[in-house]
Amino acid sequence: MSINQSGWRPEMVAGSGNVPATSTGNTFTGNRALMLEEALIFEIGSTETTGVEVAAPVTTASKLGSLARTAPIGLPGLSEPETVRHYTRLSRQNYAIDLGLFPLGSCTMKHNPRLNEKMARLPGFADVHPLQPVDTVQGALAVINELAVWLIKLTGMHGVAMSPKAGAHGELCGILCIKAALEKRGEGHRKVVLVPESAHGTNPATAAFAGFQVEDIPATAEGRVDTAALKARLGPDVAAVMITNPNTCGLFERDLKEISDAVHEAGGYVYCDGANFNAIVGRVRPGDLGVDAMHINLHKTFSTPHGGGGPGSGPVVLSEALSPFGPLPFTERHGDGHITLVEEESVDDRHPDSFGRMVAFHGQMGMFTRALTYILSHGADGLRQVAEDAVLNANYVLRSLEDTLDAPFGGSGPCMHEALFSDANLADGFSTLDVAKGLIDEGYHPMTVYFPLVVHGAMLVEPTETESKAALDQFIGALRSVAERAKAGDTALKSAPHFAPRARLDETLAARKPVLTWKNPTPVAAAAE
Amino acid sequence: MRYLPLTQPDRDAMLSVIGVSSIDDLFVDVPEAARLDGPVHDLPNHASELAVERHMTALARQNTVAGEVPFFLGCGAYRHHVPASVDHLIQRGEFLTAYTPYQPEIAQGTLQMLFEFQTQVARLLGTDVANASMYDGSTACWEAIGMARRITKRGKAILSSGLHPHYVSVAKTMAKYTGDVLDTTSPWLVPELDIDRLIAAIDDDTSCVVVQYPDILGRIADLTPLADACHAKKALLIAVVTEPVALGAIRSPGEMDADIVVGEGQSLGVGLQFGGPYVGLFGCKDKYVRQMPGRLCGETVDANGKRGFVLTLSTREQHIRREKATSNICTNSGLCALAFSIHMTLLGEAGLRALAATNHAGAVTAAERLSQVPGVELVNDGFFNEFTLKLPVEARPVVRTLADRGILAGVSLGRLYPGEDALANGLVVAVTETTTAEDVETLAAALQEILA
Amino acid sequence: MRYFTEDHEWIEVDGAIGTVGISEYAQSQLGDIVFVDVPADGRQLAKGDEAAVVESVKAASDVYSPVSGSVLEGNPALSDSPDLVNSDAEGEGWFFRITLSDEAELDSLMDEAAYEAFVSKL
Repeated sequence: MSINQSGWRPEMVAGSGNVPATSTGNTFTGNRALMLEEALIFEIGSTETTGVEVAAPVTTASKLGSLARTAPIGLPGLSEPETVRHYTRLSRQNYAIDLGLFPLGSCTMKHNPRLNEKMARLPGFADVHPLQPVDTVQGALAVINELAVWLIKLTGMHGVAMSPKAGAHGELCGILCIKAALEKRGEGHRKVVLVPESAHGTNPATAAFAGFQVEDIPATAEGRVDTAALKARLGPDVAAVMITNPNTCGLFERDLKEISDAVHEAGGYVYCDGANFNAIVGRVRPGDLGVDAMHINLHKTFSTPHGGGGPGSGPVVLSEALSPFGPLPFTERHGDGHITLVEEESVDDRHPDSFGRMVAFHGQMGMFTRALTYILSHGADGLRQVAEDAVLNANYVLRSLEDTLDAPFGGSGPCMHEALFSDANLADGFSTLDVAKGLIDEGYHPMTVYFPLVVHGAMLVEPTETESKAALDQFIGALRSVAERAKAGDTALKSAPHFAPRARLDETLAARKPVLTWKNPTPVAAAAE
Repeated sequence: MRYLPLTQPDRDAMLSVIGVSSIDDLFVDVPEAARLDGPVHDLPNHASELAVERHMTALARQNTVAGEVPFFLGCGAYRHHVPASVDHLIQRGEFLTAYTPYQPEIAQGTLQMLFEFQTQVARLLGTDVANASMYDGSTACWEAIGMARRITKRGKAILSSGLHPHYVSVAKTMAKYTGDVLDTTSPWLVPELDIDRLIAAIDDDTSCVVVQYPDILGRIADLTPLADACHAKKALLIAVVTEPVALGAIRSPGEMDADIVVGEGQSLGVGLQFGGPYVGLFGCKDKYVRQMPGRLCGETVDANGKRGFVLTLSTREQHIRREKATSNICTNSGLCALAFSIHMTLLGEAGLRALAATNHAGAVTAAERLSQVPGVELVNDGFFNEFTLKLPVEARPVVRTLADRGILAGVSLGRLYPGEDALANGLVVAVTETTTAEDVETLAAALQEILA
Repeated sequence: MRYFTEDHEWIEVDGAIGTVGISEYAQSQLGDIVFVDVPADGRQLAKGDEAAVVESVKAASDVYSPVSGSVLEGNPALSDSPDLVNSDAEGEGWFFRITLSDEAELDSLMDEAAYEAFVSKL
């Protein structure tokens, strides 16, 4: 069986390849010089092709019984050269930090050092099984342990749960610690979690999963949590407050310590969404602000690659009050330097109040190796400089553009790691989306748009510390130019991007009639029969 | 500080544009009592690439590398040969340093790859659709149980005794908070899976039955009767595959009418990495797609009529549904999904089947040889590339002794099921294409010596 | 007789049977509708219960039952053609039909003129 029975190619229906080539418009291939179209593996591969040589098996009796597979699977293969070309061509349709400034607010798209990658690939880390006897993995456990110590000291907290797989998973970990602590105190009846309106969507989703009722806390006109409203809502039914600091408007929550004290006074706990820790690492320790739990996205602050959407890693630092409830497994370093793992076996002795296990094995080891490499490279002094430069870059963008774009909280003091603008002074009929798509044509990934929800047509710009002044100046010029066009009503912007591999995509069509897997087209011959 | 491009003159110029005199002026909103006056104490300062490399290499050297010794561990993580081009391709900056494809016009590379991945996974698992990946197999397994609850509006899940104990632990943790009731038990060292027990346990409150295939002891069973029994009671069958290479040799769970099939994709492209990051596979029948967690990529057209891909059905997700989302999941395991997909493309169907055949033949040969060691019994009748041996003594000390001799012999059931005497003599042994005949002979000889 | 709620549902009542949908104003705010989840036949609804979900590409909204009663049927056409809600929100794009259990509940709803006045202030 071969996959591509029809010889069908995407460009044949895409309106380019079957149109005669002209000197200015269409090309025979649908390509435009370095902008190369690429078909799906299902269209170019076949089930008989393989790019891998496998040693022929010795002949043995089968132990598969009646379960031996008979039906074809339908998996196309490519030779190695074709494979390399397929994925290389695909890669060139992506924007990436390696190509340019990636100002996605709240995502901390900073440079990913290649030393991290090299270290994660050392066979001693990459080629080690999670269930090897602990004596044979002392170095791997040492990485987890060393990183844990760094995270605890940088945050001024008491303990850390290393196993959560991503930020949202870390949030869940922190909330489950809070739930377990309340139950241990006999206060499982506290059902309410207070979440500011400007929070990431994961916050309410996480609290709801753990069985809490979510109540919104309003923001003040200056873009911070309304401390008075929050305090007024505290009471015997409140389990926790989830606060993002710096918040998603890019502002430091000045009252966090005061809020924490009030929450503790009322018998609740403070969860801090640490997505924006990059702005304060080395300048402020969340532990000094009364935080009980905070996840740290290693793929943001500590430079592990985002990889087109994961893998992330979300260790959670915990206060003394919550540490006993953290998940399995974790490492323990003994006086002689030997490190052991506390797992199900020893939990009753070592960690009896743990809420349990969140993942198979030990968490995102490959991310720990990268993050520790990054942390050691920067050191305590460099990490402080990271926060300072990140904040400096964001303020530079804010102050350079607030004459052009509306900055709703420009008067609320310095911003932290990200600058927030709104669509307030764009021309009628022009939206934040148009500005974003216009930036694509200028060679940038757009900023975060329409988030946070508390600002109309929000544009959230996070340049990070790994951008030079020259890079910022060019970006500022580009955003200013696009914004001026949107203010002047330049209709060309409505159909931007014009120079990207694709124009605006029809998301309505995709959602109305979802096509989520490729279906073999009916062969021409069969259709004719 | 090699990753920070600003120079001091740059910083000064920028401060003056901002209109402040020092960097401290930008941190004025931090309460004075919480301001650190310098780098966090008691931590080292920055270090050169060479110095960091020395430190990390020294740590790496303290580990026994799987590829340097006879190696037989499996139980949810398998050592396979990953072609060199896989790692080269995933390190292309346009994949490695891209973000979630929220701007599809400049993320078609990631999106097309995800569409291909979804199709490969659906075909491999035998499901109609698959998502763009989950964190790992254990979290995918729990998400499937939650999905079954939403679909059936029932809260009792029956877990096979052959389900990976870490997966069971994860489900137990989460079920405490959702109120799901889990029916669980440890396995028995017998050749058969507990299919009959599972069928007998299904009742009108059952949301789903979760069965691992091949199971934690490497056993395989026809899931069709179980699927029929589930469907007769309007419950769902969830199948869990921790070794996707197996599906090159055995029928897919979807073929046997499982409703949701989840898996750990680590075997293809990802490598052992001491347990993570891995890649969760998640497929289901078409009719359940709107209850599926995680990201989905779909085909569409652009304004010029050209085919393109976007993230779709995102109203299921947390950033829109907030507290009503199907899951709080926010990321997938994009780069690991890419590695899986590239490896699968290099293999193709022919290569996957050949790889699976080699794994199986190697395991059959190894099982025969190891069960010739006096006192050692093979538990399984059927298996793919992993089987369980019953030793005449507790397996855990044997594994440790063998590790001291430079042999990583397998996973002792004492490690996975501490305190369960009936399982203490069990040793789960995995054999892949990376295992040589000499490795098997070395293990057999050492085992014989220790048990003598 | 047609009534409206402040959550932008409408109900057209004929005897004890009501037909429920979302208003023209609501569909214009939602944008392109891509999916509608209608209630199952026989489902008992109290006034104000979440009865249906309507989704655009970027938003999902709950639709509340304007009255109490028993669901007769959901609109079968919406599963294939959710765009009917955009093209004819107050006609072909109806969501479900319901047998009213308490016709007095209608008294608290707005008539067309009152709803128009309500929307004009939004």
